[in-house]
Amino acid sequence: MRFQLIGVNHKSAPVEVRERLAIPESQLPEACRQLAEHPEVEEGMIISTCNRVEVIASTKNGSAADLRGFLHRYFQLAPEELEKHLYEYRENDAVRHVFRVASSLDSMVVGEPQILGQVKEAYATARAVGSVRNQLDQLVTRAFAVAKRVRTETAVGSSSVSIASVAVELAKKIFGNLNGKSVYLVGAGKMSELAARHLLAHGCTAIFVANRTFDRAVHLADKFQGQAVRFENLYETCDRADIVITSTGAPHAIFRREHGEQFLSRRKNRPMFFIDIAVPRDVDPAMNKLDGIFVYDIDDLQQAVASHVADRRKEAERAEAIVTLEVERFQTRLQSLDVVPTIVSLQDHLETIRQAEIDRVRGRLGTLTPDQEMAVEALTRGIVNKIMHTPISTLKSAAREPEATTIVELVRRMFNLHERRAAKHGGSGEHN
Amino acid sequence: MSLFWLRISLGCYGIGLLYALFALTRTSEWFNRVALHAAYLGMVFQLVSLVEAIYFSGHMTVALVHNSESLLAFFIMSVFMATFLIYKTTSPGIIVFPLVFLLTFMAATREQPFVLMSPGMRTGWLVAHIGLIFLGYAALILSFCASVLYLVQQRSLKSKRPNGMLSRLPALEEIDQIGYRALLIGFPFMTLGLIAGSVVAESFFGKVDFYDPKILLSLLMWAVYLVMVYTRWIAGWRGRKAAMLASVAFAIAVCAWLANYWSKTHGFVTS
Repeated sequence: MRFQLIGVNHKSAPVEVRERLAIPESQLPEACRQLAEHPEVEEGMIISTCNRVEVIASTKNGSAADLRGFLHRYFQLAPEELEKHLYEYRENDAVRHVFRVASSLDSMVVGEPQILGQVKEAYATARAVGSVRNQLDQLVTRAFAVAKRVRTETAVGSSSVSIASVAVELAKKIFGNLNGKSVYLVGAGKMSELAARHLLAHGCTAIFVANRTFDRAVHLADKFQGQAVRFENLYETCDRADIVITSTGAPHAIFRREHGEQFLSRRKNRPMFFIDIAVPRDVDPAMNKLDGIFVYDIDDLQQAVASHVADRRKEAERAEAIVTLEVERFQTRLQSLDVVPTIVSLQDHLETIRQAEIDRVRGRLGTLTPDQEMAVEALTRGIVNKIMHTPISTLKSAAREPEATTIVELVRRMFNLHERRAAKHGGSGEHN
Repeated sequence: MSLFWLRISLGCYGIGLLYALFALTRTSEWFNRVALHAAYLGMVFQLVSLVEAIYFSGHMTVALVHNSESLLAFFIMSVFMATFLIYKTTSPGIIVFPLVFLLTFMAATREQPFVLMSPGMRTGWLVAHIGLIFLGYAALILSFCASVLYLVQQRSLKSKRPNGMLSRLPALEEIDQIGYRALLIGFPFMTLGLIAGSVVAESFFGKVDFYDPKILLSLLMWAVYLVMVYTRWIAGWRGRKAAMLASVAFAIAVCAWLANYWSKTHGFVTS
């Protein structure tokens, strides 16, 4: 047993549970310290975001740690309160989960970029208090590399999902940089507000609001620090906006082809983007035929979202394949790392025996010429090497097998290497 | 040797040409980088080839006339690279690469070079004429590329499927800016180049022969460009109308170039 992970995320637990488990940033170092002191835990790290709490540990010598116990104790919750929301992974499954989390494959919005930063912060915190040192360090730094690979080799993080962000993306396709572009809200609605907010967040500056009820326009304009316009002045002022978001309840189109032509001539043909969220539509589809006017209605936007989701699903599958590959690779690496110290200590052990035996018979051999000295040296070394050749090559090839740990343990026990390793581990445990 | 360097340069542009064809169907970050580096290399070899040609002929004007296609290709690439450095886009390459390849190909495979009719011309004016006209051509070709790309991007946005194969095109307004700036830069060069040309003609023939096909076409092209700048400036013409004008101007430019073969004034073609 090496890696163990326990946690809750947005899929396994409702927000009421998650918020009780969330660990504020200020308390995270202390929590990591406590985790590292928990019985059987060698190293530990905690990721706590609004969507997840993950407790990751590497355990001492093949034992299993009671991470549930840690959670119960730390949060002082009764076991049954948590149990049905928790998931637990061990070994490769834990490695896979960490890779998936870092690569944003386990996120609510798959591919969202924040999670990697959050994992990095959690890692930095745990490193600072010394609860991540060796094996976890390898795991987490590998997870960063996997996340980077997923990001560069797949398009998981590249396309956005919501209608508002699709609107922003389209606006960027038309205007490039949105800095200084102005937005016109015609009619009010939750979705158009959201789209406006997204556009403002991406650099749009001026905002105009027109509504049949002027008071509502004023109210909404205040919210965005924009300018309210009376509805009857709509057509005179509309050409000032680069992006028009309409969502009125009008039974027929408010913007028709002739309006579009007017706007264009007043704007010297600079392009305009109409986002029509209203049903029935506020913008006559014929307007889309004009050079320089781009009209997207709710269906077009939804279709764009849908194609993004489909793209993203395909990309997510590719990302999962990368993660699977990386989990295997990581496992191989860990195992090969694991046999090396065994081989080294085995060689040390035999060398000590050889030296001791030579010293023991030296008295009986009398004085040796340098040639004879060398012959004895070569003879003994040759015997040791010949005997050790097969075991060592078996160990090396075993590194790639799943039973590597068993074979390594067996060799250690047979040659009595076990105690030395345990002593070393015990020592470092006390040290902390 | 000059021809040797030119042929290496042609090979480099060949990669660019392949990229341009490839880019019509799909995108590849890797290929994009390769093509860009190949284009850089191609430019270096082309410059070497041009400098060597001038050095060995010992006569700048003659060398420039002999290597006119190569010079024009080099200028077009320079303008393309400048666009890349400012706007970080290689999209005009879809048109620029094939064009540059064609020009370089013509230069690299031509058996008999043009023969300059009379070495006694006022060479300073002639060099200015060639240099300015070619810079003008290069900028205007880029402007033409931009107007075509503008149409493509506009179409893709209007088709409501903006995530298709051309999703790597720059934003519409950026393409527009590239085209407009290239137009604004290219037009004065073209104008000055034509003035320099008429000075050469005046001094050599004593008058400008307005019935010469080359001169006629050049003036016509200049007029179309004037209309383009004007409509863009005053009415902000973009998209279809602008692309139409740009295509007409481009077609006339190609004709004017080909007119070298029939023109008396530019009669430095071997016969």
